[in-house]
Amino acid sequence: MRRIFSAIASRVVIAVPYAWLLFFFLIPFVIVFKISLSDLAISMPPYTPALEGLRDFFARLSEFDLENYHLLMCDLLGYIGVGADLCRGGFSTDFFERPYLSVAYISSLKIAAVSTFLTLLVGYPVAYAMARAPQSMRPTLLMLVILPFWTSFLIRVYAWIGILKPEGLLNQLLLNIGLISEPLVIMNTNTAVYIGIVYSYLPFMVLPLYSALEKLDHSLIEAAQDLGCRPLSAFWKITFPLSLPGVVAGCLLVFIPAVGEFVIPDLLGGSRTLMIGKTLWSEFFNNRDWPLSSAVAIVLLLILVVPIVLFQRAQARAQE
Amino acid sequence: MKSLGSIRKSFAPWNDPAATPYIRFENVTKKFGDFVAVNDLSLDIYEREFFALLGASGCGKTTLLRMLAGFEEPSAGQIFLDGQNLSGIPPYRRPVNMMFQSYALFPHMTVEANIGFGLKQDRMPRDQIAARVAEMLKLVKLEQFAKRKPHQLSGGQRQRVALARSLAKRPKVLLLDEPLGALDKKLREETQFELTDLQQELGLTFLVVTHDQEEAMTMADRIAILDKGKVMQVATPAETYEAPVSRFVAEFVGSVNLFDGSVSAREGSVASIAYGDGLTIAADNAGDAAVGDQVAFAIRPEKVRVASRKPEAGADNVMSGEVWDIAYLGDMTIYHVKLDDGRVIKSAMLNSSRLVDDPLTWDDRAWITFAPDAGVVLTR
Ligand SMILES: Nc1ncnc2c1ncn2[C@@H]1O[C@H](COP(=O)(O)OP(=O)(O)O)[C@@H](O)[C@H]1O
Ligand SMILES: [Mg+2]
Repeated sequence: MRRIFSAIASRVVIAVPYAWLLFFFLIPFVIVFKISLSDLAISMPPYTPALEGLRDFFARLSEFDLENYHLLMCDLLGYIGVGADLCRGGFSTDFFERPYLSVAYISSLKIAAVSTFLTLLVGYPVAYAMARAPQSMRPTLLMLVILPFWTSFLIRVYAWIGILKPEGLLNQLLLNIGLISEPLVIMNTNTAVYIGIVYSYLPFMVLPLYSALEKLDHSLIEAAQDLGCRPLSAFWKITFPLSLPGVVAGCLLVFIPAVGEFVIPDLLGGSRTLMIGKTLWSEFFNNRDWPLSSAVAIVLLLILVVPIVLFQRAQARAQE
Repeated sequence: MKSLGSIRKSFAPWNDPAATPYIRFENVTKKFGDFVAVNDLSLDIYEREFFALLGASGCGKTTLLRMLAGFEEPSAGQIFLDGQNLSGIPPYRRPVNMMFQSYALFPHMTVEANIGFGLKQDRMPRDQIAARVAEMLKLVKLEQFAKRKPHQLSGGQRQRVALARSLAKRPKVLLLDEPLGALDKKLREETQFELTDLQQELGLTFLVVTHDQEEAMTMADRIAILDKGKVMQVATPAETYEAPVSRFVAEFVGSVNLFDGSVSAREGSVASIAYGDGLTIAADNAGDAAVGDQVAFAIRPEKVRVASRKPEAGADNVMSGEVWDIAYLGDMTIYHVKLDDGRVIKSAMLNSSRLVDDPLTWDDRAWITFAPDAGVVLTR
């Protein structure tokens, strides 16, 4: 009797994270997916209703279509410049002739990749110094890395406007010490977006790197030097390869949210900064095309999930 | 003085005044903050010597090795290797290699890559690296494990990889920090002999750190006994055991019976040592102990004979008591005899026959005897 009870209890414990995923990830996902299959309608909410009772569900199923995905595909084909005959008639010609979603996707991936790389460049030395700091100082340093989270993200990004704008703190400082004679134009450029992303996501890079570097046995570096390796070469041959799991985790943690980032390009970027998050927002609220923007979101998810899964597969194989 | 046996009788450069030491620690001190880990230590080690640093945990053995390898700089004093002052030379330029206490194998590299790592740093041509790695794998009998990663090996195999890696570059000196510490007893004993064979075969100078005196005695030509960062004695294993220079060394190496007393008479090399209430010990080889000196007489258990019958009159150094405790170890039996004056003496008797006619048992009356030259007189 007791054994049955404990078996049930252990199942319940395992079920909790699954239930969490079901409620907060899978169900919203299904809802968005469902919207992406429906058609645009001028109503409230702005899409044809679906799913009112099971009977209704089957009746409506026939109305679902991949129209929005077709539009997305035409956008991509237009961007590449092939397959015009697949996109004839209706909106699809417009998307084919003036592709803007693919441009935004690719620009997002590019901006995210560049800023992930920059975050890695800034974060690695920080994490390395923390891992090499005296044991007694490490909790304080960790605290300092996490400290920015105690104020609102939005306020911190706003603060950067004050720093980067033409008459802002940075320009005044540089003008005063005579390094420049005219204010630098950083605000409303991609540079400002890079600065914003690197700043905002630095802790997500530093923490996994720190935990990987802290675990590293220092005698390995000494062994490498003992065998004739100079310190810099020992870093590339021992320290860096052994910190790779931290590098990958940090890069994923920065890259994934950076691709869909909306606030930073909106506040710091210019009108020419194209990011899919911004496009999604205007599709959603300005054009009120919920079905299309849902399809955009689903495709974004796929773009991000596929490489992660492939990467994890590769890593699991390497572990064997 | 009768000579003390040695395993390699012909090899004794330390007795040759013309020989120049290969490694020389000259008044080396190492401080960590206020803590003195190595204290004004001087030591000469000769080429092709198998030298052991023996001492309790925390006495500064690893620190000494790390200074020779270049990971720590001495706070004072100098270290010479083959006549060259090592100060300021970084670890990657020193012709010594170290086998780390934790082995420090590179977890992301195969056994092969670990062993070849040092050769690659030296830009050795590929085919030569492959040949040397194969040779090393054969030497440590790990040919089938070349492609494995360290985590796929047993402790003993890892130890061999670490050894092969540190030998691959043919260093002038190999430093081994507790090389067998992580192995179980049986494997440890086997490996001790393998290490000595290897050292002879390759003709290298080995400097090994250990806290296990048996290990040091099995492997080394000479042993330096350290205590709190100072050298207490440097001698061959036989000398450290049979002719310790101080109470500390006598007690640290092996087991010993100590009698504290003072020299009451001196006749040639024989001293009479008065201890307890009017009791004396006749001790040969008393060295420079003069009448009135406070000394300790040290005698090893296996040199103390125990018998159930009173020895004939005229025998030297007879004491009586009763059997207090018996530890049967198979090859020998250790008797603890409580003397009439209360002190307990250990005697180890070899069990040379299976059956004994008149065995000693608990609480039996017993007599112990030892020859005057069986012990040593310690003035320190
Ligand atoms: N880097 C260091 N900082 C402070 N103290 C140290 C350091 N390295 C060693 N010590 C201290 O020096 C003493 C000797 O250490 P070590 O040479 O490792 O001893 P062992 O003889 O056990 O190998 C120990 O008490 C140790 O705590
Ligand atoms: Mg040690």
